[in-house]
Amino acid sequence: MALVIAALAGCAGCGDRDPGRGGALAAIHQRGEITWGGDVQGGEPYVYEDPSRPDHVIGFEVDVMDAVAHRLGVRARMVQYAWSNLVPSLERGDFDVIANGLEATAERRERILLSEPYFVYAETLTVRTDSAVRSVFELAGKRVGTLNQTYAHDILRMLYGDAAKVYEGNEEPYRDLELGRTDAVLLDNIIADRYGCIASHPTLKCVPYDVARGTYVIGVRKADPDLKQAIDGALAAMRADGELERILRKAGLWDARQLEAAPAEGQALRSRTLDGEMVLQFVAAAWVTLKLTVLAFLLAIPLGVGLAVARVYGSAPVRGAARLYIEVFRGTPVLLQLFVLYYGVASLVNLGPVEAAVLGLGLNYGAYEAEVYRGALLAIPRGQSEASRALGLGPAQTLWHVLLPQALRLALPPMTNDFVSLLKDSSLVSVITVIELTKRMTIAAVDMRGWLIPGVLCAALYLALSVPLSELARRLERRLARDQRPLAL
Amino acid sequence: MISVRSLCKRHGDREVLVGVTATVARGETIAIVGPSGGGKSTLLRCLNYLERFDAGEVEIAGIALGPGMANGDPALRRLRTRVGMVFQQFNLFPHLTAEANITLAPRVVKRLPAGAAAARARELLAQVGLADRAGAYPHELSGGQQQRVAIARALAQDPDVMLFDEPTSALDPEMRDDVMEVIRGLGRGGMTMLVVTHEMQFAQDIASRVWVIDRGTIAEDGPPSRVVDAPQTAVAREFFSRLRRS
Repeated sequence: MALVIAALAGCAGCGDRDPGRGGALAAIHQRGEITWGGDVQGGEPYVYEDPSRPDHVIGFEVDVMDAVAHRLGVRARMVQYAWSNLVPSLERGDFDVIANGLEATAERRERILLSEPYFVYAETLTVRTDSAVRSVFELAGKRVGTLNQTYAHDILRMLYGDAAKVYEGNEEPYRDLELGRTDAVLLDNIIADRYGCIASHPTLKCVPYDVARGTYVIGVRKADPDLKQAIDGALAAMRADGELERILRKAGLWDARQLEAAPAEGQALRSRTLDGEMVLQFVAAAWVTLKLTVLAFLLAIPLGVGLAVARVYGSAPVRGAARLYIEVFRGTPVLLQLFVLYYGVASLVNLGPVEAAVLGLGLNYGAYEAEVYRGALLAIPRGQSEASRALGLGPAQTLWHVLLPQALRLALPPMTNDFVSLLKDSSLVSVITVIELTKRMTIAAVDMRGWLIPGVLCAALYLALSVPLSELARRLERRLARDQRPLAL
Repeated sequence: MISVRSLCKRHGDREVLVGVTATVARGETIAIVGPSGGGKSTLLRCLNYLERFDAGEVEIAGIALGPGMANGDPALRRLRTRVGMVFQQFNLFPHLTAEANITLAPRVVKRLPAGAAAARARELLAQVGLADRAGAYPHELSGGQQQRVAIARALAQDPDVMLFDEPTSALDPEMRDDVMEVIRGLGRGGMTMLVVTHEMQFAQDIASRVWVIDRGTIAEDGPPSRVVDAPQTAVAREFFSRLRRS
């Protein structure tokens, strides 16, 4: 029997695989375990890896869920999911509940059931110490950072439309604020107190008024009202006998706000529909994607040519250096390179997000192009360079007038490939806050409460960019490589 | 115009040229014949330094060559504007038109203005009988036409010496005559030429002297009437009799 339970528990994140029917509470009792979704990227104090035992997660939400589970007579197990996917994953039945900084908002309540609160937070504005900004209403025309899909993001959108700069991690908004890339950051006090106005950011201060208050709640599927009721009961008991206060005090989170009446939920942002404004936003995002791709490729081509020539004709140290460059940039993720360029070296070179994106993608694709050109250079018949030398052309002249033009013709099909590939890889730059086509799609999907329409629109725009590009490349190929016919079989 | 002394060339362990010594006067046409693998092409390629040699000396069109010269040596650049080379496989640049193939070296190496280079190219194309194909790309030309463009390309540098490495071997028989006619015309005009060839009739027609090269040396050297019709060495006798049988 113990083995059977272990096997069930070992099936990561299976939870209740039949979300439509409810009955989750009974299933939890039968399994002896409640699974809850969270994301360790949220960091301290929510849910994070224990520094002394990295395979073990700790955090005040781990304590809250352990206590809730204990009162339900079962064990709790956290399963790792990307935070922005927690709600759809819950709906799909990947785990029983969400307990990870889930804010009670009216729009969330339309999708899933929300428990009674286990924490009251305040939206806190962080600015540089020399800033005169004292309230959220003084931010018109200013650059404000926040996290994607949070209540703070909703507030900023209600006040200022789509102007906020959205991040995925807790550290990055404050780093950019410190560097002057933004003018303010609006986030939960729990994040602001730990990542914003702290000793290691001496130039930042938190504005000492709550912009708004909200609550963290446990999310439950609509089909499981009995589970919500049981969890509410457990939370009420924990509040009554002081266990919740003990947990929050242990994490340094207990404050007077916890004793006050739970704040009212703000009005839900209206769900958007596909309208002219949204189409324009998509077209603008497609323009960003195209611009990034073209500029990055214009950087990658000469870089690739230089590296290829260095690898084929350079002296031993030059060959080695070119090879090292190629291995490093081809062998590490673009995502990492973008992070290093935008955040890592920010104290030395303060690049804007678009510059960093173009540079990062260009440096990365240069490594790929180098190998394409190298292959093309090596595929040119030996007689070509002999004829060129016999005519008196020097090494550089032979390269420039004879070999490179022919290599370019040979490289055209793989280059077209790489260009289309780069068009899609450019979506990675959303990690450094550039809003391009894919990011626009994910934002619209949240606003429209559905993926279908934004997804189709996004795909259509990608195709509208890539198909003419490959057609252009096809014509260029036909013009440059007239004599290249397929060999008979 | 050309003097070669004790030229030696090894490919690894194999000795390809074993102390070749010869001289060629201005205006002479030398036909180089001999069995395959005897070193004919290697000798030709050493004369414009497409291949390095291991020992010996070469003086050609007033430029001295020795073992171990670097690729970018200015003497080599000068050498190649004085000595033209035509290859068995033509080696035209496929991305350039016939005219652009011809003008490339004069424009890039001699810095000739584009207009002057183009005028000269059209003159040369007329000379090789291709005045109407200036705008054609190599793949649009027959083998014989390509080889004639290649000859015009080499002539565009106004060389003192022309080296032909089996210029008709890659051509269908009916195209060889046009190419041979062009080469014959150059000889009549006084060009100093070395032609590696298997065409004995052609060799006898155009050559002032014939070299029979075998196993890395010049086995026999003399006017065609003597070398071809009455060879002195066993090697030459064997070579010509086998050629007649086939």
